[in-house]
Amino acid sequence: MNEAVEQKAVLHRTTIGFWLYLMTDCALFASLFATYVVLHGSTAGGPGSRQLFELPTALTETLVLLISSYACGMAVLAMRRKNVRQVLIALAVTAVLGVTFLAIELREFITFSLDGAGWQRSAFLSAFFTLVGTHGLHILTGLIWLTVTVVTLLRVGLTDKVARQLTLFSLFWHFLDLVWIFIFTVVYLMGVAA
Amino acid sequence: MFGRLTLDALPHSPITLGAAIGIAVGGIVVVALLTYFKRWKWLWREWLTSLDPKKIGVMYIIVAFLMLLRALSDAAMIRAQQAVFAADPNSPISPDMFQQVFSAHGTIMIFFVAMGVMFGAFNLIVPLQIGARDVAFPLLNSISFWLFVAGMVLINVSLGIGEFSPAGWLAYPPLSELAYSPGTGVDYWIWSLEISGVGSLLSGINFLITIFTMRRVGMALMKMPIFVWSVLTSSMLIAFTFPILTVSLTLLALDRTLGMHFFTADMGGNPMMYVNLIWAWGHPEVYILILPAFGAFSEIVPVFSRKRLFGYTSMVWALASIMLLSYTVWLHHFFTMGSGANVNAFFGITTMIIAIPTGVKVFNWMFTMFRGKVRFATPMLWFMGFVVTFTIGGVTGVLQAVPPIDFQIHNSLFLVAHFHNMIIGGVLFGAFAGFTYWFPKFAGFRLHEGLGKAAFWCWLIGFLLAFGPLYILGLMGAVRRMDHYDPSLGWQGLFIVAGVGVAVILLGVFFQVVQIGYSIWKRKELAVGPDPWDGRTLEWSTPKQIPEYNYATLDAVSTRDAFWAMKHSHHEKAEPKYEAISLPKNSGFGVYIAACAFVFGFAVIWHIWWLAAVSLVALIAASIASTQRQHTHRIIPADEVAETEAKLRGAHV
Repeated sequence: MNEAVEQKAVLHRTTIGFWLYLMTDCALFASLFATYVVLHGSTAGGPGSRQLFELPTALTETLVLLISSYACGMAVLAMRRKNVRQVLIALAVTAVLGVTFLAIELREFITFSLDGAGWQRSAFLSAFFTLVGTHGLHILTGLIWLTVTVVTLLRVGLTDKVARQLTLFSLFWHFLDLVWIFIFTVVYLMGVAA
Repeated sequence: MFGRLTLDALPHSPITLGAAIGIAVGGIVVVALLTYFKRWKWLWREWLTSLDPKKIGVMYIIVAFLMLLRALSDAAMIRAQQAVFAADPNSPISPDMFQQVFSAHGTIMIFFVAMGVMFGAFNLIVPLQIGARDVAFPLLNSISFWLFVAGMVLINVSLGIGEFSPAGWLAYPPLSELAYSPGTGVDYWIWSLEISGVGSLLSGINFLITIFTMRRVGMALMKMPIFVWSVLTSSMLIAFTFPILTVSLTLLALDRTLGMHFFTADMGGNPMMYVNLIWAWGHPEVYILILPAFGAFSEIVPVFSRKRLFGYTSMVWALASIMLLSYTVWLHHFFTMGSGANVNAFFGITTMIIAIPTGVKVFNWMFTMFRGKVRFATPMLWFMGFVVTFTIGGVTGVLQAVPPIDFQIHNSLFLVAHFHNMIIGGVLFGAFAGFTYWFPKFAGFRLHEGLGKAAFWCWLIGFLLAFGPLYILGLMGAVRRMDHYDPSLGWQGLFIVAGVGVAVILLGVFFQVVQIGYSIWKRKELAVGPDPWDGRTLEWSTPKQIPEYNYATLDAVSTRDAFWAMKHSHHEKAEPKYEAISLPKNSGFGVYIAACAFVFGFAVIWHIWWLAAVSLVALIAASIASTQRQHTHRIIPADEVAETEAKLRGAHV
């Protein structure tokens, strides 16, 4: 088998493999969502979702993440045009917005904890911190991955391997965006409406 | 500095102390022998860092076999306690230790024996059967294996440092919560399964992609050997249920370490949420284990009946429907939760439906034997033992699918007898049949028949003796997990029979150990050719010693039972044209990553936070580094391939 065919086969396998991994991650989030929904009313006399959640904050987070996803998409388009400069700019925007998102989330977590609504207060709050926190950890993982990819890109240029990493990263990033839309709906919107 | 870890963590009971010392001495002897014979480099290069699925498969089987011995001794202790020491207040097995023993027995048997055997078989057989040279992600495969080992080591460390979980193999809260199990036992349980579970998940993904993308040209899905189908369905279950296990364990860990309230008895926690989650993984897990056993039997029966498999298509559909249905039955493990008649009826009916495709499979095997030239070699004996025990287990299972009956025998020894019927009679017999069947392909000699048959009869009779009484006791109301029952009940006789049964099983294991040793000793006399059973699938077409690239040429296949067709075609085989082959180079990252995971698990169990932080950073760094490897493959030039083939196939080329 010649090198190019082999390379293509590996690329193909890695891409489907990554899709499959994302599906398993879906199962993971599905379990966390189920837990959250079951425990939503178990506030043990503590604050509930209506008292705690502020929609403007959650909406800001949503917009920040959506724009970050858009920037990530731009990076992939620039990668297809082999424009390294644009790739780097778009990825920088992605990263800055990702960090902003995490900062807002962390601020919300700290505010809740200081107001006597930490994860030890009730089953509802345990479920909230875990579901939203798991998404946050995924974002953090994505940011580390992004950093590694950018460092590699600067070191070796836009090779096939780097391009593959970037494509997979964008899949991951869009997937996290999608999960967040569910969190925004199920946790925040429905939480305030309930 | 050392968190909860103090000298007090060393074992107190003479039995645990003995076992811990035994393991330590065994380890020191192995290290000493390796050093004395200067085999460290060889071990590292040829085995530990190898990415060859054949070698990884062998290592899985070795680990699983060692763990089988460990968990069997746990079983022997449970039986000894109930049969001999029940009335003795000075029993060497204290009530506290008894709990740890049955928890360890179940946990190890499922996660480190059954899963290990299964992943071993995946690695050994799947690439060969689909005519491939490797799995889709070789390094990931090695990482999965080493994570499995890390979990295994962690669970055995609990023997010498600290304690093991007293909360049963699934650690139901609130018992497994900090309030009722404040020791490190449950934490050992959580982290050992968490680490090995991630390995299992990665393996599931790996084998799905392997089967989807690496089949030989011409091998359409419906032309795959049925064992590959069983691995496909089993991996599908792994990929979509192991995340649920990860979540359940993590939530329990969060409760225990960060003071959250998912499953606690207070502050709104909901223990039944855990039971639902763990069984949403746990029931499919049963099928994850049994489907590959079905697959192995589906390979063995046609070969030893000299007929093609009866009803291939219905076998595939049966596997697929079992796979789907297995997601819909989990609540039958806790009909007594009180979810109401309608919910219970739904899960009762789905449970009964799942018996239908299983029955289809049993009948297909029977029809394959019908009018075949059946050879009653050891694998076939295991198969027939399986049909008998598995059918009994199936019938008692369907019985329990009726919620009102389940209310009567819930958590009784009847249930214990039922699932041992499925797991010993199904998974384990399947593993032994497959082991005997495929052993000559990898070893070049077969296992001694007489000793194999002796082992089989001991297992079968011992099994019936050990678990027959438990059915009766369960019907009479004996609850599981008790270290003694009141003598006035008059049950002691039956427990003694069960104890004798386990002794007979141990005799069977003794024969198996002797069989392996004796066969290695007499390997010259037991030597066989590359195709000793007159096989039908591609793996038997490789030369006696399988080259590391498996197949020198990747000729297209056109039928099921491709090797059988090749053997019986009258076409003159064209002179093979060899090309250079690229194979993955060794990598130590599996070992490094798993070592970091092990240290992390240990540190979290003992609350040594600085060590946990350090090992977590190391884990992340090692994972990133593993993706940055350059030159991951080496090329075997065409003339070297030709040379190897000429050597391995003798004058044939």
